[in-house]
Amino acid sequence: MATQVVMPKLSPTMEEGQLARWLKNEGDKVSVGEPLAEIDTDKATMEAQALTSGVLRKILVPAGETVPLGQIIAIIGEPDEDISGLVAQAESDAAPAANKQQIEERVEAGQDGAQKELAQVVPGGARTQETIEGQPLKGDVGGQATTGAAQAQTTASDKAQATATQPTDGGNGQRTGGRVVVSPLAARMAADAGINLQTLAGSGPGGRIVKRDIEAAIKEGQQRPQAQAQAQAQPEQRAVETRAQQPAPQFQQPAAASASPYRDEPVSTMRATIARRLATSIGPVPHFFLTTEIEMDKVADLRQQINESDKENKVSVNDIIIKVAAVALVRHSQVNASFQDKVVRYYERADIGVAVAIEDGLITPVVRAAETKTIGQISREVRALAERARARKLQPEEYTGATFSISNLGMFGIDEFTAVINPPEGAILAVGAMQPKPVVRDGQIVVRQMMRVTMSCDHRVIDGATGAKFLQTFKQLLENPLLML
Amino acid sequence: MAVITIREALNQALREELERDENVFLMGEEVGAYQGAYKVSKGLLEEFGEKRVIDSPITELGFAGLGVGAAMVGLRPVIEFMTFNFSILATDQIINSAAKMLYMSGGQFKIPIVFRGPNGSAYQVSSQHSQALESWYAHFPGIKVVMPSTPADAKGLLKSAIRDDDPVIFLEQERMYGLKGEVPDDGDFTIPLGVAEVKREGTDATIVARSLTVPLALKAAEELEKQGVSVEVIDPRTIRPLDIETIIKSVQKTNRVVIAEESHPFCGVGAELSAQIMERAFDYLDAPVKRISGADAPMPYAKNLEKLALPDIERIIAAVREVAYL
Repeated sequence: MATQVVMPKLSPTMEEGQLARWLKNEGDKVSVGEPLAEIDTDKATMEAQALTSGVLRKILVPAGETVPLGQIIAIIGEPDEDISGLVAQAESDAAPAANKQQIEERVEAGQDGAQKELAQVVPGGARTQETIEGQPLKGDVGGQATTGAAQAQTTASDKAQATATQPTDGGNGQRTGGRVVVSPLAARMAADAGINLQTLAGSGPGGRIVKRDIEAAIKEGQQRPQAQAQAQAQPEQRAVETRAQQPAPQFQQPAAASASPYRDEPVSTMRATIARRLATSIGPVPHFFLTTEIEMDKVADLRQQINESDKENKVSVNDIIIKVAAVALVRHSQVNASFQDKVVRYYERADIGVAVAIEDGLITPVVRAAETKTIGQISREVRALAERARARKLQPEEYTGATFSISNLGMFGIDEFTAVINPPEGAILAVGAMQPKPVVRDGQIVVRQMMRVTMSCDHRVIDGATGAKFLQTFKQLLENPLLML
Repeated sequence: MAVITIREALNQALREELERDENVFLMGEEVGAYQGAYKVSKGLLEEFGEKRVIDSPITELGFAGLGVGAAMVGLRPVIEFMTFNFSILATDQIINSAAKMLYMSGGQFKIPIVFRGPNGSAYQVSSQHSQALESWYAHFPGIKVVMPSTPADAKGLLKSAIRDDDPVIFLEQERMYGLKGEVPDDGDFTIPLGVAEVKREGTDATIVARSLTVPLALKAAEELEKQGVSVEVIDPRTIRPLDIETIIKSVQKTNRVVIAEESHPFCGVGAELSAQIMERAFDYLDAPVKRISGADAPMPYAKNLEKLALPDIERIIAAVREVAYL
């Protein structure tokens, strides 16, 4: 029996929806749970899924058009069924008011009105029954069906939101509600299996993640590595060769003009396993910490020389640390990286976030391409950014999109500390105070200006040795600043 | 095995226990000459005489107290309430005397007494005569509460209740006296108190039902099987002591629970079950525990409204489908 699909209520405040994109064409088969269309609501771009199977016989609302809740947008039926009556009814447009009321009632009756569902279908135009469930765009968990969703354009308001907050998410869509709704059983199963609930869309009421969603995710996870292994077995070697022939990787230009270009490399099976296992250990970002002590006498001398030569622009030790970190990052691109679920993103530039304490909190303005700037330039830029930060005048593009961060508490007399990574960055460097200490040099106890730094690393992208090598370079450069030249 | 009604099963249990132990006696309104308002004591006066089968005046508090006194001096009274609605008059003796005596006498006086009779709804007897009182009695430490749902359970559990040294509230159901089932012929057949029974095995959801809702749950499970849903039905049979282990084991398997009961929901046995399931099997739940209870309102007299106030198969099926996300 043919059924009419109506504009679903996909947000509690939604009055109308814009049909962003049809994911099915007329004549396509649709089955329960398949995405039917993307709909821009007042809040986000949502996916409407069919809960009934059949053939998408007729699209009544073309992409780009905005229609009120309850308006019939399509008809699903058997391939050879006569749908002229339903089309006529849709065109006479008698249904919307009644449908809308029913939709409102359903949403109010729902336990979790927020991101709830509901496109509806009117079988034969008579009794209303729910056949489409809207869901927030979800990540490509299953490795299928949602590729389109991942690339879906977001509304203007969403873009504004995305830049205002940390860009935590690359290819994956984001959950609109924030809180993950999950049954206790499903939560436990996900923890056991090392599945990140944030990447799942629940099939239960109000988007609750339930047992069957986890089972499906586990099944997907088991099938995928095998398929991937087969698919990759052959090209693997060639890929290595290709890489060897092309030492300069191609970087993509990001959407935001101020952000660093990057290249995305697929997450390998091993990398995915490391990521999954470690994420179950400590929070969503598995941190580990590397500490080293650095002799800063030469940096202190360098700073003095710079400041004597340019009285107008007093540089700080931290400015030099920023420069050195940037140079070291470019040499160790594995550290200048970000875990993005499906890919590890390696940045071309070292855009350094500098933690600045402000009243009631802190903010990390970004020094872009610090590796290309002189210490004097960095110094001027940091000072200006810090002043603007304290005046709360920073624009979002000035404090988002860093590839690495530095937090310095030396001025507070802190010897050493650990900092928390600012996702999606891969690492953050915590810098302690520089102070004179007795050290052994050539068998003699001498006094040197010593400084301890601790790097927090996201173990999903950075392994111990990788981080250690970066710190080794960082230390070498600080102890012999001339090596930067 | 003989196929008999719950009424006959209870009658057999009483007869066998009256025969087995001369300290056992039956007392209540109309239990003798009239052979019981529901004919559970049919033939017993004739067989055992006036000293063992005693017609009481219409004074529940009085004959309940007589029973407690008799139990204190070593007899094993079976006190019949014509319906448990009338036991409300006797609650002082049941709760303050029977339930507390062992404790307050420092173990000197055990109270081996059974209070039995129909509990819950009947046929259009309205608000005051349709009450399911199990949560009242189960609330108090010192009393056991038994609710059979089959002839075999009725017989085996009543015999155990009479032999038990603690006060037992034995709740029958008027609508179920005529329900037939197989009962073992063995004269010494008993079922221990405090042991639940899995009435039907399943994997997708568990229905915990008692008394009136057990046959409803079983029919719902049959219907659901046709829809491809495998339902486990558990009858705790004894509300106190509660065999929560059997229920938890089932929840760990099915991950979803529907509790079906004819009592009011508020502070009911279903609420207690739900709390214990949450406390002990939280990590196994895939859906919130769902209760199907009698209406949270006095029982209406009107037949159509009475039907709507009670749990039925359709509501149980819908509840199972809800917790199974179907």
